Amino acid sequence: MNASRWLSLGLRAYLVIFFVYLFLPLVIMAAATFNASRFPTVTPWTGTTLQWFSALWADGGMWDALFNSAVVAVGVLCLAVPIGVASALFLTTVEGRGKSFVYALILSPLLTPGVIIGISTLIFWRGWGLNGGIVLTVIAQSAFIAAYVMLMVTARLQRFDRTLERAALDLGASQWQMFRRVLLPYLRPAILSAAVLAFLQSLENYNTTLFVAGYDTTLTLYIASKVRTGLTPAVNALALIMILFTVAMAMVYEIKRRREARLAVARLAVTDESA
Amino acid sequence: MWRQLCDRFGMPLGMAVVALMGIWLILMVLLPQWQMIDYSLHPSLLPAEQGGEKDVWTLANYATFFQNEIHLSIFFKTIWSSVLVTALTLAVSYPLAYYLAKVARPGQAALCLLLLIIPFWINEILRTFAWYIIFAFRGPLNELLFALGLIDRPIRFLNGDIGVLVGMVYAYILFMVFPLYNAIESLDRNQIRAARDLGAGWIRTHRRIVIPHAKPGIATGCIMTFMLAAGSYAVPALLGAPGSRWFTQIIYNWFFEGGDWNQGAAYAFLLLALCIVFVTLVMRLFKVGLGDIAR
Repeated sequence: MNASRWLSLGLRAYLVIFFVYLFLPLVIMAAATFNASRFPTVTPWTGTTLQWFSALWADGGMWDALFNSAVVAVGVLCLAVPIGVASALFLTTVEGRGKSFVYALILSPLLTPGVIIGISTLIFWRGWGLNGGIVLTVIAQSAFIAAYVMLMVTARLQRFDRTLERAALDLGASQWQMFRRVLLPYLRPAILSAAVLAFLQSLENYNTTLFVAGYDTTLTLYIASKVRTGLTPAVNALALIMILFTVAMAMVYEIKRRREARLAVARLAVTDESA
Repeated sequence: MWRQLCDRFGMPLGMAVVALMGIWLILMVLLPQWQMIDYSLHPSLLPAEQGGEKDVWTLANYATFFQNEIHLSIFFKTIWSSVLVTALTLAVSYPLAYYLAKVARPGQAALCLLLLIIPFWINEILRTFAWYIIFAFRGPLNELLFALGLIDRPIRFLNGDIGVLVGMVYAYILFMVFPLYNAIESLDRNQIRAARDLGAGWIRTHRRIVIPHAKPGIATGCIMTFMLAAGSYAVPALLGAPGSRWFTQIIYNWFFEGGDWNQGAAYAFLLLALCIVFVTLVMRLFKVGLGDIAR
């Protein structure tokens, strides 16, 4: 008994250390935004300032890069989401010999290093006269982001009750109507969360984009170039804004989850009473 | 296959599905990879010489690699460091995944998972940049160690492999925690209790019950982490010294500084081959299939 109590205490302590390890770097990075020192650091503290926010605001290159990133991310959504959904439909419908080969092929972009995807895309499309830039970035990123979409949509599709489909067809719906009115609404939550994930993946991608972006700098490429040359705490200001945005999104998500959990409990209670 | 699709969705939709997958798998996955290999087997030529008599199949680009001692040593260092990163990440993630899956209350676990995701929504460059600040010569870590009296002059963390290792474990930990968590979560708690009641200690319970059950998760986590580490460009570029280069940096240099794409393609294929070998090895070792990986 005593030993297991020590163990659970140790586990708890480990958990605390782990989350400190996870968040302390972010806190330090954020804190450096307010330090007047020209080099981003918290030691020594040379005075508290907000000047790096205005420096960021005045940074035209950053805005251009942000714009490029947004265009790429929207492009990836338009390409990767339909492909991912189509593959999910394919995998949950088709049985037979070739399937495991197709499945391995679909998963392969997830197991390929990002730089390789970028390089092969760059080489292939040069043969067709398409050089590095926004279009090529969309193509290269979609190559692996589509696989993530596929996984998320497949997970939901596997729980789909096929009798609903048969019922729709028996009641005279065409196959297209069945897809449009039954299957697609059922998949909506999965498609939406896959779209959010695809968007975020596109925004934060570096390895693949590095090779295919050409002269069109995306936000991650811009940050990386800033970190290596001409580093000022303006980068920290950008990081802080992104952290706050992320935390806000996480909080919205958590509040929504709790409300849904409460609703589910309430519904359960109601059905219990009526039973 | 085509019949099954049409039976379920009808001709137009079936065709759309096949067309979209065709665009993806053929134009975006297969042909580009094939073209890369093809490139690696040809010499680098001026556009005018292409298709001419100099345009022959050759292994010269690979010979360059095997004759260059520096590149060879960087290649093996990349393998070794990536294995180390993978092992470290596994060691750090396992207790956490176990806690979240089997010890914590469901609400607590959900909150912790959310907290885990937050750093990963912020991009890899910034995550790495945060460590760059910490490890800086006059940065907070050196100041702390100095204040504690552990060192009498600052250490150049960014000059060796420590920075790269810590930065990578930090950058890829989520890809280990989630597969582990999913695998351990599906283990019946009663099995752990039974093992305990039958007199197994904690170590034996984990070795004989939890770890065997979590094997697919461990395999997936290791594959993802190794692949990400071996293919990482940002972390070694930011946290490593010029002296401790990563194989990806050499590939990059062939493309954008050396300007020899054929040579770069050969190096890229070597990295790809390395990852394929690692994936196959782990899947054999853990006796898991592709289906287990994607769960």
